[in-house]
Formats: sequence, C-alpha cells, structure tokens
Amino acid sequence: MIPVAFDYQRATSVDDAIAKLTASGGKAIAGGHSLVPLMKLRLSEPGTLVDISKIPGLSGVKEAGGKIEIGATTTHAEIAGSKLLRDKCPILAEAAAEIGDPQVRNRGTIGGSLAHADPASDLPAVAIALDADIQIKGRSGARTVKAAAFFRGFYDVDLAAGELIVAVHVTPVRSAAYAKLHQRASHYAIVGAAVALDVKGGVIQSARVGLTGATTHAIRLAGVEKALAGKKADGVAAAVASAAGEAGDLNADLHASADYRKAMIPVFVKRAVERALARG
Amino acid sequence: MIPVAITVNGKVRTAHVEPRTLLVHFLREHLNLTGTHVGCDTSQCGACTVIVDGRSAKSCTIFAVQADGSTVTTIEGLAADGKLHPVQEGFWEEHGLQCGYCTPGMIMSAVNLLQDNPSPDEKQIREGIAGNFCRCTGYQHIVNAIQHAAKHGGGKAAR
Ligand SMILES: Cc1cc2nc3c(=O)[nH]c(=O)nc-3n(C[C@H](O)[C@H](O)[C@H](O)COP(=O)(O)OP(=O)(O)OC[C@H]3O[C@@H](n4cnc5c(N)ncnc54)[C@H](O)[C@@H]3O)c2cc1C
Ligand code: FES
Ligand code: FES
Repeated sequence: MIPVAFDYQRATSVDDAIAKLTASGGKAIAGGHSLVPLMKLRLSEPGTLVDISKIPGLSGVKEAGGKIEIGATTTHAEIAGSKLLRDKCPILAEAAAEIGDPQVRNRGTIGGSLAHADPASDLPAVAIALDADIQIKGRSGARTVKAAAFFRGFYDVDLAAGELIVAVHVTPVRSAAYAKLHQRASHYAIVGAAVALDVKGGVIQSARVGLTGATTHAIRLAGVEKALAGKKADGVAAAVASAAGEAGDLNADLHASADYRKAMIPVFVKRAVERALARG
Repeated sequence: MIPVAITVNGKVRTAHVEPRTLLVHFLREHLNLTGTHVGCDTSQCGACTVIVDGRSAKSCTIFAVQADGSTVTTIEGLAADGKLHPVQEGFWEEHGLQCGYCTPGMIMSAVNLLQDNPSPDEKQIREGIAGNFCRCTGYQHIVNAIQHAAKHGGGKAAR
C-alpha cells in the first residue's frame, strides 16, 4: 500500500518545526505508528510531513521540582524502561509496557499517542488519572492544558494547526495503576481504566479515574472518584458499580459490543483501584 | 526525490528516494535485500522487522527518509565471518520454522529481546515476539529456538 506523494522535511528544533508546519500546512510525524498506517490506507493525505523525532532535547524522562517531565518524542519503550517512572510513578511505565508490541513501543511516542487520541489508546486515560499538564507550543507561544480538558471528542483534541505537544508533566503518584482488557491482536484497549489514589491507613482520601477504549475519547469519571473517597478495599466494588452508567454512550465495534463494554468497565476500574491500593 | 544515506549491515548506502518509499521497499527493491519480508503491510505481522539504531522496528511502517542517517541491520547482516548468529543457530537447531516466511522478522525480534534481556523466561520470550505472527509453527519451536540462543550467547552477540 503506497501513500499519496508528499514532501518530507526534518525539523531541527521545536521553533523550526512550528515554522515548517505553519509554512507548509503539513502534519508532524513522530513515531509514525498511527500516521503511517493511515497514510498507507490513504485515510490521511498530508501534503508535507515535518519529522520531529530527531529534535534534540525533545525526548527523555526527567525530574524537576517534584514533577516528572516526559518529552513529547519519548518512546513507549523508553517510558516503560524508565527507572525514575518505575520507582516514582509506576502506572506510566506499566501502561507504556502494555502498548502494542515491542516494535510498536520502540517507535511510538507519548506526544503522538496523546495528539492522535485514538479512542482505544492507553496513555490518554493515564494522563487523565495523573491530572497531567500537557505543554503545547505554537506560533503564538506556549500554553498548558490539563489532560481531562485536552481530549474533546472522536480523534479531537485541543491542538490548533501548527501547534505541537512539547512535553507532559505529571506529579508522581505511587498508588496508581492501569488495568486494561486488550484486543488480542493489536493490544489496543477495549476497556482501559487508570486510577490514581491518595491513600491513608488503607482509606482512600481522594481518587482520579480515567477511562479509555469505551467512548469516543478518553474521559474522567468524576462520579466514581467521589464514590471512592472515604472507602477501604471492601467498599471498592460498590463505589465503581456506576462507572459504566457515568461513561454514557459506549462504543460498539467488531471487537466488542456496547453491552460487553458496559459489563467490563466496572470490572477493570475495580482491578485498577485494587492494584493502586496494593501499591499503598 | 530526496537523498538518503542509511548504513545497512555495516555499509553506507546512498540513494535518491521518493518520501513515500517505505524502508522495507528501500531494502528489498533498491538494495535487493529480500530477506526482509512483507506479510501484512498493515503494521501487524512483524515479517518486515529489522533493527533500526539498535531497536527492532517494522520496516513497513517507516519511510526510508525517516531512517536517513540511521543504522539498519537486516537478517542478511546477522551472520559474521560465515558463522551464523546464535539466534540463527537456535532456529536451525530447534526447528524454529516451517515455511520460513515469518522467520527473518522473528529472528530480528529475538535479537532485540536478547539484547535487552539475555536470559528471558518463557513468558518474556512470548512477550518479546508478540509483534510477530507465525502461521505455521504454533510458536513452541520458536520459543525453544530463542531459549537455545539465550543459552549460547545470543544476548552478547553483535548487533
Ligand atoms: C500494530 C499496532 C498496535 C498498537 N497498539 C497500541 C496499543 O495497544 N495501545 C496504544 O495506546 N497505542 C497502540 N498503537 C499506537 C501507537 O502507540 C502509536 O505509536 C501512537 O498512538 C502514536 O504515536 P506516534 O509517535 O507513532 O505518532 P505519529 O503516528 O507520528 O503521529 C500521530 C498523530 O499525532 C500527531 N503528532 C505526533 N507527535 C505530535 C506532537 N508532539 N505534537 C502534536 N502532534 C503530534 C501527528 O501529526 C499525527 O497526526 C499501536 C500501533 C500499531 C501500529
Ligand atoms: S509487513 Fe510490516 S508488520 Fe506485517
Ligand atoms: S514458519 Fe511459516 S509463518 Fe512462521
């Protein structure tokens, strides 16, 4: 399968990428593991690709002022293998390690995953649970958007033409976990639940819950978060029972019906809460 | 057309390519390295797996221009001085193939796995080849082949 012809330019800095995107009206390419398949199917026909994958300093995981910063072109494999994340924010490493397969993880990036916002992708739910700050840069300057507000609809995010995600900032949480029911061949999420907890003496003080795979885009389950507050392990099942109802209209596709997703949502939210609790 | 210089199996190869040329077609059609296969052409099967800058990658999902300046190893580049790579030995000794269509990609994934983890357990081996489909073997002999390679220095071998 051969894509429509296009021009290719390699960006040497974020500003260079923004200038090239603005001048050409083209699309950024990072890992290419969402974009190239779409181009081969001619579902996407950009006139110009601006390659951001080799921009110095745009990838890597580092700690700064109590937060962890993940550069936009950091690959899933690098996130999965990051000792800093495994120690301080294991949910991110764990979710990245469950994306696709080794080859996909070697190429795909966190910035591409969030910008593309496939309804079945994993990292959007984790970003919501961690209340991540998505750092964006464009012609008119830099801005920061909270993950829960970034995902707006079916493949629709808060990014204007010519804008790039440059980094994701999270406040590390140890008691957080991701649980997904995956499609057996691609490993995309049929239902994926990400949960971050504040726990004291076995009692959940507060919770943040992100859900992916089930609806047009990853969403926050604020009702479930409220129901989890004040609960111990024995109260989790009751607290997550309303999760599917809160999610609203559910996806139906060849992998799973809406009813199946409805049944699986509370199961996987509960698993994520239990794993997060086990991390104390 | 855009000029590219890609180091393939230790040799710098230069060419002018259309940006839409996939790396797998560059390898097979420009360089005649037909050991890298196209199975699905939809990023699923792993038959096209090569090593790009030290990491396994599906060459049907990379444009050759993206690999400009990179180092690529294909199945043809594994044997050194007429001696099979330990992973190739493992597939030979343990009958890790039937039709052989998936084999080049399977071997490149195994090389990547053993480089990260020189002594994987069976579960880790199966996860390491999760991006490679085999329609013949049922995978057990492939797992045995990779175990054989791990025992015989597959993790320490070049690339
Ligand atoms: C076989 C297969 C299995 C997969 N399984 C999973 C899975 O289980 N779970 C999962 O979550 N994902 C899965 N994926 C998707 C994979 O994780 C992608 O790599 C990822 O979704 C996109 O990242 P990328 O860097 O490849 O983006 P690209 O394909 O390069 O880009 C995707 C889109 O994002 C834009 N973009 C890229 N980077 C930026 C940026 N920094 N700022 C603004 N826009 C940007 C591009 O312009 C493009 O529109 C799978 C992919 C394949 C091929
Ligand atoms: S041919 Fe590349 S993954 Fe199947
Ligand atoms: S040996 Fe035939 S596909 Fe694997």
